[in-house]
Order: sequence, then C-alpha cells, then structure tokens
Amino acid sequence: MTATDWTPSTAPAQTSEGAQEMKPRSALGPRELMREVGSVLRLSEAEVAQLGDLPEDPDEDQTMIINMGPQHPSTHGVLRLMLELQGETVLRCKPIIGYLHTGMEKTGEQLTFMQGGTNVTRMDYLSPMANELAFSMATEQLLGIDGDIPERAVWMRMLLAELNRMSSHLLFMATNGMDLGAVSMMIYGWREREEVLRFFQKVTGLRMNHNFIRPGGLAADLPPGWRDDVLRLLDLIPERLEEYDILMTGQPIWRERLQGVGVITPDEAITLGACGPILRSTGVAWDLRRDMPYLRYDEMDFDVIVGSYGDAFDRYAIRLNEIRESMKIVRQILDRMPPGDYRIQDKKVTPPPRARIDESMEALIHHFKIFTEGFKVPEGEVYVGIESPRGEIGCYIVSDGSPTPYRMHMRAPSFANIQCLPHMMRGGLVADAVAVISSVDPVLGDVDR
Amino acid sequence: MSDDTTLATEDESSDAAVAYGCPLGDSHGQTVLHPNREQYVDVVKTLADDGYTMVVDLCGVDFLEYLNRPLPAGVDPERFEVVVNLLDITNRRRVRLRVQVPEDDAELPSLFDVHPGTEAYERETYDMFGVTFTDHPDMTRILMPEDWVGHPLRKDFEVGQIPVQFKGANS
Repeated sequence: MTATDWTPSTAPAQTSEGAQEMKPRSALGPRELMREVGSVLRLSEAEVAQLGDLPEDPDEDQTMIINMGPQHPSTHGVLRLMLELQGETVLRCKPIIGYLHTGMEKTGEQLTFMQGGTNVTRMDYLSPMANELAFSMATEQLLGIDGDIPERAVWMRMLLAELNRMSSHLLFMATNGMDLGAVSMMIYGWREREEVLRFFQKVTGLRMNHNFIRPGGLAADLPPGWRDDVLRLLDLIPERLEEYDILMTGQPIWRERLQGVGVITPDEAITLGACGPILRSTGVAWDLRRDMPYLRYDEMDFDVIVGSYGDAFDRYAIRLNEIRESMKIVRQILDRMPPGDYRIQDKKVTPPPRARIDESMEALIHHFKIFTEGFKVPEGEVYVGIESPRGEIGCYIVSDGSPTPYRMHMRAPSFANIQCLPHMMRGGLVADAVAVISSVDPVLGDVDR
Repeated sequence: MSDDTTLATEDESSDAAVAYGCPLGDSHGQTVLHPNREQYVDVVKTLADDGYTMVVDLCGVDFLEYLNRPLPAGVDPERFEVVVNLLDITNRRRVRLRVQVPEDDAELPSLFDVHPGTEAYERETYDMFGVTFTDHPDMTRILMPEDWVGHPLRKDFEVGQIPVQFKGANS
C-alpha cells in the first residue's frame, strides 16, 4: 500500500456517533447551546448582567471543534470529549460517553441476588466494596433483614469500605500526578495502592472485583493476622502522604497548575447533582457517612473535609486529607472490632458452612439450591445511597418476588460528576482540560456501566 | 437507613395518603410520591422550593411483565415508570417520585429547566427505554451508538437477540 492509498478521512468516521457529537453553533438551538457552554443556574437576564465578564461568543469561523479521545492517555478510560476552541480557550465542551457500555443493568436482571455482587462490583472498579455494599444493603432492606446483620459483619464492612476509599484516593493521587506531568507521582501512588490491594487479596482472594460483601453479611471472616496487616498499612501510609505533600502540595508548579482551574460554585454543583469531593470542594459539607449515617458511621469520630474555592486544587487536597480521615476511622474500627459471626444465620440467605455439607444431605441440597436458584426476595422497591470515594453511589432495586431483581439500577457518581465538565471547562485553557478531567476523577466503568 | 422524614405537609390529617396533591406511598421506610404526568413538573418545582434542590437519580423501569405491582389507590399502572430520587441536603431527607408513563404515548416533560443535572439521566432513560422527554435540549442516545435499533432495557428486548455490533468491522 502506497502512502497515497491511505485516506485519513475514513479513520474519524469509525468513531462517529452522529447526532451525539458536538455540532457547529449554526446547527444548534439556544437550549442546546446553553447546555454545551455549561449554563447551569437559571437566572434572570438582570442577574446575568450583574455577573459580567462572560466570555464573548465569537463567530463560527473563528473557532475550531476538536476531538479528544476516545483513547487518550489522560481521559481515564474511553471518554471522548469534543471541544470548541478559540485559540487556546475552551468555549464549549461535550463529553461523549458509552464506549464502555456493557449493559450491566440488563445483566443484573438475569443474575440472582446471590450472583448480583459479581456484576455490580465491576461497575466502579476502583471502589468495588462500595458497589457491593450498596447492592447488599438494598437487597437486605427488601428482605427486611437490614437490622439483623451481625455486629462483626457491619464493622468488617466498614473496615473494607474505608480501606477501599484509601486505595481509590491513592490511585487518584497517582493519575492526577501523571495527568499534570508529575510522572514520578504515578509510581508512588500505584505503589501505595498496591499495599492496600495486597491486604484485600489476603482477605478476599482478589485484588479487585471482590464479590466479598454479600446480602446477609460477607463471604468469609477476616484471615488470621489481619490486624497486623492493617496496622502495618496505618504505619506505612502517613509518612508516604507526607512525601506527597513535599512533592506536590507545597510545590509552586503544582499549585499553579491546579489553583483556580475548573472552578464550580456550591449552587452550580448542587444544581448539577454533583456529589462527593466535587460538591465538598465548593464548601458544601455533605457526606452521607455523617449526614445520613449507615453501618456504624454515626459512632465514628471523623471530619468531613471541605474546600473553599471549588477548584481542582481543592479537590486534590480534599482527597489527600480524606485518606487521613479514613485512616482515623480504620484505627477506631481496629479498637472496636467485635467478635462474632460474619454473616447472618438466616437459612434463607446464608448457605450452610462447608463442613456441614460433608455430613448432611439436607445441607448439600440447601447449598445447591441457594447457589443455583438463589433466594426469593419479597416484592417492593428500594433505593439505598452510600458514600463511595467518588460520591453518592446508589442502588435502586425493584423486586417482583422472584430470585432475580426485576430492575437493578445503579446511581453512578461518575455519571453525575461528568456532567460538570462543560461547566468547569468553559473559558479555561485547553491545557487545563486534562487537569479538570483528572480532578473530577471519573471511572468510565461507572459512567457507562 | 433512616433517610425518610415526614413530608412537610401535615395538612389533611384525615387523608394521610396524599402529599403535594398526589398519592403518597411508603416503601421500606422511604417516602414515595406518585404524581401523574400533568402534575410531575409542578410537583418537582414545589419540592425544589421546599428544599429538595438536588436530583440524585432519574431512571426508568419497564413493567411489561409485572403490571400488577402494588401501587397506592388512585394510581393506574402503566407499562413504564420514571423514578426520580430527590435529596434535600439542608434537612437531610429524601423523597422518591414514581411517574406512570403509558406505552402508546411514552413521553414525559423534561426537568432540564428546573434541574439541569437531569440532562444526562433523561438521555439515558430515553436510550434504554425509549421514553422521550419533551423540551429536552438534546434528546439523543447517550450510552448506545446513535444507529442502534431498539431500547435495550425494555423487557421485550431480549438478551442476545442481536449479534454484537462492531462499527466498521465485517462481522
């Protein structure tokens, strides 16, 4: 094939999403334009005039629409952005998602409540424990056993959820550093995350996608020596976080790159349904662990970290300090971890112990039935929202009384947060676009499900 | 989780099952409102004035195979339901709205003018269930490719009925 045979014009057509893509201004109505420039608040014209210094919208021949992604090293997966630029300034932005859509909500309708955990854990693959916890808690509410979960199971769930928050935020430190050119940070962040994942591997057998938190409790008890492993983590990570502070927080280049970038105000964040560190970066102290406590978070002593400027630096600092708060919670859990059973002894949802299967025919049948047919869940619908590292992850389940959910919907925090991108990017530089995406910390598996 | 509190309107104590002019239900301690399509946007606006300023979630449900589900008196079951979860972060409470949407006229007014954050959720619901939202600025698919046929989360859209489609590749 000679060089002239190759026609580059066919290559972009393969990623064409037709009507979902960003169109030139002349092809847009005012409402669609309003959305793409990131208009959020519904203000009167007089209020808008008071705001002043809004970027002037230029003629179409002065702007350029460029495509970023779907495969871009800094888009955290297969996220595609279309940006309208004037010079280096971003005027409009449209995220185009769905490249990772695998129909997990449809799959969830085929799997029993017993098997559902394997499905949901793969959605937000950086915080699998939060997914499993939301799903399990919703199932337990439908079963009416949410008050009967043994104490040890509750505390174990909390321990794993907090460690998962640490591992997720440590990965954010790595990717945020990498996106902004602090490449050595990438290695440090992954290294610390791996320490946490090593503990998960010891407990659950897997580094990710654990399916460990299940309706009724957990899959197994903590292994011998778990306390020493956690204590080792708690000794190890604080000094590494100090290193992060030296490498990034106080460093002028780092601050220059992040401060004042991707600003969002509290009103705008609430209107857009943003959650987690994005909402807290604006100064809204909203954390479901404190405000709508679940598990035993109401007995825990921890601070909700809030920012004041709503910029990318605040979001970075919030996550860094949330690691410290999580460690504080983990220490309290270590002190108070009760003995007892790690799952509910309800024959309906709990398979018999392995030893019983060898000696009892009934136990074998029970085990077989619960894993092949699952257990029936009473009719009803329920929504449970918990605080994942990225914000509120919610599970909405409709049950028709059969062993499979009639409808299983996950409220994905990244899906909501990614809607903030057009707003955060408006008027910024294209070089900061990567900083903004990174600070939102989207997980595309969660966005597309 | 105790994310439910009594709704602000204690007015007609004789008829406790009504709030904001629509039937009120309770599901596992969570407050559920059942507005009809005409009331829908007005109820959301009233709730927004009462503090429910955040739309946490909006999704669809296809009740094709489960039409006889329990509903409060005065609500006629339809094939589709659009479920909206609202959050009041000042008073720390939630409320859920379930709107019935008939199959032959699967249309609902958009909440975009009240809560711009519902924009992507409404597109997802359209994509997955084929419920269109009038006055939505960009009623396109969001997760599926634009040329996809059918709405995958409908109950009559069977798993495996279409061979996996890869664009531009010869299958």
